[in-house]
Amino acid sequence: MTPYLIVSALLFSIGFAGVLTRRNAILVLVGVELMLNAANLNFVAFWRHGPNPAALDGVMFVVFAIAVAAAEAAVGLALVIAIHRHCRSGNVDEASGMKG
Amino acid sequence: MDRIVEHLWIIPALPLLAAGIIALLKRPHRKAAAALAIGSLGLAFLVSCVAFAATLHPAAGAGTVRLTHNFAWFDLGESTLRLGWLLDPLTAGMLVMVTFVGSLIFVFSVGYMAHDPNFTRFFGFLSLFAAAMLGLLVANNLLFLFMCWEVVGLASYLLIGFWFQKPEAAAAAKKAFVTTRIGDLGFFLGMVWLYHGTGTLLFYDKGAGCLEQGAIASLVAQTTLGGMAVSTAISLLLFCGAAGKSGQVPLHVWLPDAMEGPTPVSALIHAATMVAAGVFLVARVFPLLGASAAGLPADGHVPHTAALAVVTWIGAITAVFGALVAVAQSDIKRILAYSTVSQLGYMMMGLGVGGPAVGMFHLLAHAFFKALLFLGAGSVIHGCHGEQDIRRMGGLRKAMPATFATYAVGMMALAGFPLVFSGFWSKDEILHAALAWSPSRLPFALGLFGAFLTAFYMIRQMWFVFFAPSAHPAARHGHDTRPDAAAPHESPPVMTVSLAILAGATVAMSLLATPVWPWFHAYLGGHLDHLHVGWDADGAVLATMALSTVAVALGTGVSWRLYSRSATGTDAVERLVPRLFGALRGRLYVDGFYAATVFRLNRAAATAFDWIDRFVWGSLAGSTAWIATGFSWLGRLLDDAGINPGFDAGCAGTRGTGRLVSLFQNGQTQRYLRLVGGGIVAIVVAVAWTGKK
Repeated sequence: MTPYLIVSALLFSIGFAGVLTRRNAILVLVGVELMLNAANLNFVAFWRHGPNPAALDGVMFVVFAIAVAAAEAAVGLALVIAIHRHCRSGNVDEASGMKG
Repeated sequence: MDRIVEHLWIIPALPLLAAGIIALLKRPHRKAAAALAIGSLGLAFLVSCVAFAATLHPAAGAGTVRLTHNFAWFDLGESTLRLGWLLDPLTAGMLVMVTFVGSLIFVFSVGYMAHDPNFTRFFGFLSLFAAAMLGLLVANNLLFLFMCWEVVGLASYLLIGFWFQKPEAAAAAKKAFVTTRIGDLGFFLGMVWLYHGTGTLLFYDKGAGCLEQGAIASLVAQTTLGGMAVSTAISLLLFCGAAGKSGQVPLHVWLPDAMEGPTPVSALIHAATMVAAGVFLVARVFPLLGASAAGLPADGHVPHTAALAVVTWIGAITAVFGALVAVAQSDIKRILAYSTVSQLGYMMMGLGVGGPAVGMFHLLAHAFFKALLFLGAGSVIHGCHGEQDIRRMGGLRKAMPATFATYAVGMMALAGFPLVFSGFWSKDEILHAALAWSPSRLPFALGLFGAFLTAFYMIRQMWFVFFAPSAHPAARHGHDTRPDAAAPHESPPVMTVSLAILAGATVAMSLLATPVWPWFHAYLGGHLDHLHVGWDADGAVLATMALSTVAVALGTGVSWRLYSRSATGTDAVERLVPRLFGALRGRLYVDGFYAATVFRLNRAAATAFDWIDRFVWGSLAGSTAWIATGFSWLGRLLDDAGINPGFDAGCAGTRGTGRLVSLFQNGQTQRYLRLVGGGIVAIVVAVAWTGKK
């Protein structure tokens, strides 16, 4: 099971690095998807090698997570478009209205 | 009978209504205003006649007719304040006189004020005055009488100051108001004391009124300062009010100045009606003044009480004083004003020595002929285009025949020419009563001297106005083209008709009080039923008549002789006794005396109070303020030294932290996320580290 977890951790770290470093909002969303799927991979791995693989509960989690992620991606894209319209650019560091 | 007294309020209400409506009219509605005022007063006159007729036939054995109608006005805690209407011969006679003379003067005013832009306002004020005066007459409650009394004073103020753009008129209005206010203070105190003493202010209330046996007996029984009976003290206080209103000597100064008002006002208010209100008041509360240990004054017998003695003396002094000053005046209205002062003195003296019938008859007779004289003077002034100085008139006999004839009737009535003029009989009765007054004969002598002076100054005035060679420039130089120098002309009929009616009334009045048929006496005394026609006078009456006739003849003769022979220019009396004349012309310096004493005292008091305010109260207030300032300084020091630094430090710390923290808040979501990520890594490391142990 360790290789799965290592892959998942890598996937998560790569996604997180993308979220933190990319300036383009779309690419930030892509990073978020990677992180999400790292979590899905963990769910599946822990289910497959867990105490009750016959119960399919890990798969249920993942299926729901994917469905929700699709909706989240739609909302995210809509947000990106709104930000783009508002700031006339797709760069997240220009959307700094919350500056204290 | 009772119906009439219940509805007696209609008489004052009619002019009041008219005054209210006129107040809402616009300036150009002159005819409507005049019609309303005259119509309402004429109607009031008719109602008054009905009321008068009701008093003519007393019920058998009742003596005087005295109808009252009382009702509750409002509750004051435990006690109820009650008002009422009173109808007795005193009220009825005055009602008829006021409404009759008032209506004629209203009609006269239509002509006199024809060119005045404030015509409607004038009639509004006149109606207000008439309403208040009539209310005063029908009141059966001293408080209601007092209220009307004050409204009358207000109307008088408004009308004296009617031409308020003239500074003299404004000053005269103020003077009248303030001077009468001094008397009214006494009136008010007397009223309060009376209420305190008797618990009621109703005059007659089926035995419980303040002028009836029970109340007066209790007032007589109590004594106050210096052993004076309370009834005497109250009487004297009420007399203060009467003296102020009726221009008795110490308080007479406002009346001559009041002549600054329009002449109809002088005729109505300052000759015929309002100034007589004081005399009316004394006649109304006569039971109080005449009350002695022996009881109420009986019919036809006038007691000698201290209060009545004061009234007599003040009246006698006023009578002579006014007549003396009138001798040296040169303003036609001012002469009449001082003559009014003098005649009011006669009335007071008549009340003091002879009781209400004597005083009131002179009041009524005087109202007619003095109104006549004032309206005649108004006609003269109108005809001479506003000229009021008699030395600049002259020869008006031919230019104004109607005015001359009526004025002569008024003048002879005032001077007391025998037999057919009311003034002769009324003055004679006063003199006769004064002769019989036991405490002193001096008032009689003063009265006789006054009669002489009255004839003297009236002849002087007649001579200057109507007989003297005309002093008018147009008459002297033939043709003068200046418009203001137009020749004197007779007044329009609307004015002369009023004069003629008043002249007729003056002569007719003389029939009511002759010793042959003393109708008025019997009417006021309440024994009309056994009034007998015939000569039943004693020798004293005849003697008085002879003496007063001699006095009048002497006054007339001396005056005529002096003036008809003198050249125009200086006054004949002035040439004879210049210093005395100067003193009289200066009104015996009473006004100057007041200016030197009362005014100066007032000013000194004001200065003293100013000084006290500035230095005593001012410094007290200043030191208090200084102490308060000291405390606040202390408080500020404490704040500055103790509380502020700590608070400032707290604020600075918060601000510094905030600035530090806000450095992170750059609005970049990614930085926040980085921090979150770093935090998670730190937690993971920490958990892993502790898990190892």
